[in-house]
Amino acid sequence: MNVREEIIKKNKRRKQLIETAIVIGLVIVFAVILPVVLPGFRLRLLGRILALSIVALGIDLIWGYTGLLSLGHGIFFALGGYALAMHLKLQLPDGQLPEFFTLYGVKELPWFWYPFDSFPVTIIALIVIPGIAAGLLGYLVFRNRIKGVYFSIITQAALLVFFNFFNGQQKLINGTNGLKTDTETIFGILASSDSAQKTFYIITVIAVVVVYYFCRWLTSGRFGRLLIAIRDDETRVRFSGYDPTGYKVLVFAISGAIAGIAGALYTVQTGIITPKFMEVPFSIEMVIWVAVGGRATLIGAIIGTLLVRLAQTFLSESFPEVWLFFQGALFLIVVTVLPNGIVGWWRDFAWNKLSYVLGLRKRITTYASLEENPEVRQEREELEMRDR
Amino acid sequence: MSALIEGLFNGISIGSVLLIAALGLAIVFGLMGVINLAHGELMMLGAYTTYVVQNVFKPWGEPWFSFYILVAIPIAFMVAAIAGLVLERGVIRFLYGRPLETLLATWGVSLILRQLVRSVNWLLAICIAVFCLLFFGGMTWLSRHPDWERIRNWVIAILLPLSTAIAVVTGFLISKMPVLTKAWFSARNVDVTAPSWLRGGVKVLDFQMPYARLFIIVLTIICLIAVYWFLNRSTWGLKIRAVTQNRAMSSCLGIPTAKVDALTFAIGSGLAGVAGCAVSLLGSVGPNTGQNYIVDTFMVVVVGGVGNLFGTIFAGLGIGIVNYLIGSGTLALMLSYTESLKPLVDVLLFFATSSMAKVMVFALIIGFLQVKPAGLFPQKGRTAEL
Repeated sequence: MNVREEIIKKNKRRKQLIETAIVIGLVIVFAVILPVVLPGFRLRLLGRILALSIVALGIDLIWGYTGLLSLGHGIFFALGGYALAMHLKLQLPDGQLPEFFTLYGVKELPWFWYPFDSFPVTIIALIVIPGIAAGLLGYLVFRNRIKGVYFSIITQAALLVFFNFFNGQQKLINGTNGLKTDTETIFGILASSDSAQKTFYIITVIAVVVVYYFCRWLTSGRFGRLLIAIRDDETRVRFSGYDPTGYKVLVFAISGAIAGIAGALYTVQTGIITPKFMEVPFSIEMVIWVAVGGRATLIGAIIGTLLVRLAQTFLSESFPEVWLFFQGALFLIVVTVLPNGIVGWWRDFAWNKLSYVLGLRKRITTYASLEENPEVRQEREELEMRDR
Repeated sequence: MSALIEGLFNGISIGSVLLIAALGLAIVFGLMGVINLAHGELMMLGAYTTYVVQNVFKPWGEPWFSFYILVAIPIAFMVAAIAGLVLERGVIRFLYGRPLETLLATWGVSLILRQLVRSVNWLLAICIAVFCLLFFGGMTWLSRHPDWERIRNWVIAILLPLSTAIAVVTGFLISKMPVLTKAWFSARNVDVTAPSWLRGGVKVLDFQMPYARLFIIVLTIICLIAVYWFLNRSTWGLKIRAVTQNRAMSSCLGIPTAKVDALTFAIGSGLAGVAGCAVSLLGSVGPNTGQNYIVDTFMVVVVGGVGNLFGTIFAGLGIGIVNYLIGSGTLALMLSYTESLKPLVDVLLFFATSSMAKVMVFALIIGFLQVKPAGLFPQKGRTAEL
């Protein structure tokens, strides 16, 4: 008994060590080497893509693990972005208003701008406000057991509504023109300067790692197992005495908060936030990043975002017409041929084939669960010993 | 009073556009549980078909030109129905039981259709034709092979790259001719001129009822009657209703569910084509025309509930009327005579633009769903799971 536990523990520890080493290696590559190698504007681009991979993590949490397809994550993304942009806009001498207000003849700062004057409040707000918005929408929808496609199109409608609202309110948040952050200062440094951008980039890398581990922690325990149970059979979860509504609302709110963080980081590295961030296509694109990488694999969300966005940058720079065809085909291919995404395909199929070919692993004739489980192996050895 | 009638008329006319667009979507959703995000693009195809038919009729002059719209409607129906049929046979049928994936796949189709309309020219059309001829022709020819099941995957693996390569090479060879590379529609919007008998309007009290709007209302009514008749009086309609109610049982009783699915999808798409024809009378038509209607149409389906035509009718008209009354400020104006309702009027005035009205309508819809989560007329019975 003892031996078996030790073997399992040992395997687990070894896996964890390897993984930590890989993560540390990647962080060093991204945070130390790439800023030196890449020119400034490419680095900004990479930072933006990494920021988007954070929102992909959030979507993976609700779609991959809980089975809720949200087509409205642009709302929470943009709310986070607006929160930080408003703070940057307020970096002015006392008594002055951001310049666009004068264009519309607004004399006094609208009431909801005041809290964003302080930096700590802004940081809290850009996480909490999208979280609350998501939680509220989630509560109103999940409470009535609305799910599946209905949920998806309601989130899409909500997205359109938020878009219309932000687009139409010139006097409150500058409407269509959005809030420009590139010309503003943060802690006395111009937000578009190289040093500020580099800092934003490093913060983004750190945020990706932190959010990744947070999602890992969330999905590995009891809570994560419940999410998967809700995805696979919600009625049965209900019959076993749990109330799925609370869990769904909670995970949707968390996902919204994560999107808020991503939105804030994306905004400062783009230099502007406009209601365009809440357009319908952008939010559906977010879903495809997760699908390409592989649902219910957190690392897949990050890989998918990197791949798709890099392909988009490359294709739309050289052949802008092809990009939409390519994107459409991507949706079709991922859904029909690669339902588990790249990571799923690697895990379920390619890795096995490759390891046989390279001779890393014996060819399995029955089932992996029978032949490779350390407990089963131990038992078999014990039996063989006894037979002799 | 006349303001109220005008508001009602405009609301009904907006609602009837929504209704005709939502009709096909509701039938398909009721039957297969599939939301088709490419529905708006099928509308767009219908609108472009109308544009093409109009250009064909133009050189013939009057009186032929006056009646092009009557020819355009059935052709738009056919074009969109065929596109829908191809979509169902080619993609959606592999995804039954996975509604969320279907949602994404149809979005992919909608992206492709939008870009196709922008950049389609003779060159692209020839390439696609060559590819289809080689690939599907080859597949059909080889499917008579006795070992077909065994070699199928190999055939696909060889034919697909081969026919793609031949199509691309053909494209390169003929790309020198400027006639072929001129885009048919380009990304600019195109305009459909209404025939002379649809211009102008009839004067009622002191406002104008445009003939085009009246025509759309009549068209919607005709479509509704036709769909109602088809679903309730024809054999295939009976089969569709049976499959909507209980797919497994219908299948056991010998109803060809795959055919029913394909037929329903084609009809739903065809209705989208007719809706596109109607929409083209209201303004210019562009590759993104469908996107303007699609979310509102979904809301009609959500509010109406599935499996009942009346739910869709009430929801479409209701959303249209409420949207117009709030958006035009008519409601605020009507209530402003009562002094005690001042705060309510202020709120309504804040929402009195067409984009802000959508905000209000959405809030109302969410509120409505708190009371009736499955729509106006929910399906009864044990299988009525969303």
